[in-house]
Amino acid sequence: MSKFGLVTKGLVKDNPTFVLLLGMCPTLATTTSAMNGLSMGLATLFVLVLSNMAISALAPAVPDKVHIPVYIVVIATFVTVLQFLMQAFVPDIYATLGLFIPLIVVNCIVLGRAEAFANKNSVFDSALDGLGVGLGFTCSLTVLGAVREILGSLSVFGWKIPGTGDGMLAFVMAPGAFLCLGYLMVLFNKFLAKK
Amino acid sequence: MAAKSNLKNMVLCLFGTCLFCSAILGGVYALTKEPIDQTNAKILQDAIGQVLLRNADNSGIKEGTEILTDVQTVVVADKTYEYFTQVADGQPVAYAIKSTVTGFGGPLTLMVGISVDRKLILNTSVLSHSETPGLGAKCTSDEKFMSQWKGLDLSKTKLEVQKPNKDGIDAITASTITSKAYTLAVSNALAAFDQINNVEQEVENE
Repeated sequence: MSKFGLVTKGLVKDNPTFVLLLGMCPTLATTTSAMNGLSMGLATLFVLVLSNMAISALAPAVPDKVHIPVYIVVIATFVTVLQFLMQAFVPDIYATLGLFIPLIVVNCIVLGRAEAFANKNSVFDSALDGLGVGLGFTCSLTVLGAVREILGSLSVFGWKIPGTGDGMLAFVMAPGAFLCLGYLMVLFNKFLAKK
Repeated sequence: MAAKSNLKNMVLCLFGTCLFCSAILGGVYALTKEPIDQTNAKILQDAIGQVLLRNADNSGIKEGTEILTDVQTVVVADKTYEYFTQVADGQPVAYAIKSTVTGFGGPLTLMVGISVDRKLILNTSVLSHSETPGLGAKCTSDEKFMSQWKGLDLSKTKLEVQKPNKDGIDAITASTITSKAYTLAVSNALAAFDQINNVEQEVENE
């Protein structure tokens, strides 16, 4: 597969949210607005790329029986590093996403890519794979967040559409997340099937 | 391919990974500790400045006054409240009291500014919260809700969440629990304020 294909695969064909249905917890919980979705996506992207690279470099030295604990320790390290960095330099975003940042450790996308790709491929390819899947996740979360924000609070990236009142609150709350995700998935897969 | 899964390899591998990861984390912690502390201190200072007496043009805290840098504490009903005092000519003119209650999603911490005559809530500011984004989290952005705390006259307004246009507090739409918790935090701050006054009077009487 071409290097470019490695990146686009995660964006479309193996899109973690709409096709593989991985990482549903942060997807549903953090996408109350486009900005939140985007920040969560980028945070996951950061961890994915670094953990993929580290795990692909470590893999030959890791005995099979202990590979899961080793991978989790590596992933948890990067997540904690990210947490410190966010707390220090982007405290606003950290305040909104706070609870969900530590949960990236148990996001199945990260461990999933480590198991399915990084431990069999070169460091560079693993980085590209992490980048692709991370971008796919980021785009999905941003789109889902944007749709919920428009319907739920009638604003786009925090910019309130002038002359409008309150949105449909259901879309900001959990049930709206499921509804939007379902419909977006239908649209996405219809578009994929046509190709 | 992968190293053999014998005891020696497994122990070595786990030990090595943990050692290495701890080292990285220790390093990053040391590097980010100062910026994190600075950020937190700045958030606190901003909040205190926001809720105390300010210049008419909102350009900073009122001229001729200063905020005592020392944190003081007062205990009401087994809860400890931290507070900061704004003084003019050595006399307190307002207090900023830190008050924590349980909101909808977890602890909700406010900074509440109260004038020394106990007539006005000068302003409130949210220090930290874990309310639902888009709902309860609006307590940091909803203009209508936030503005009613600014210069709230305690003789005219009841500290109680009520239907709109009564003499109480208007809740944030669809976030009654958060609004009630917010109001409770302010009431608690008032209780702490009374305690501060009691203690000071006792000191004077002695």
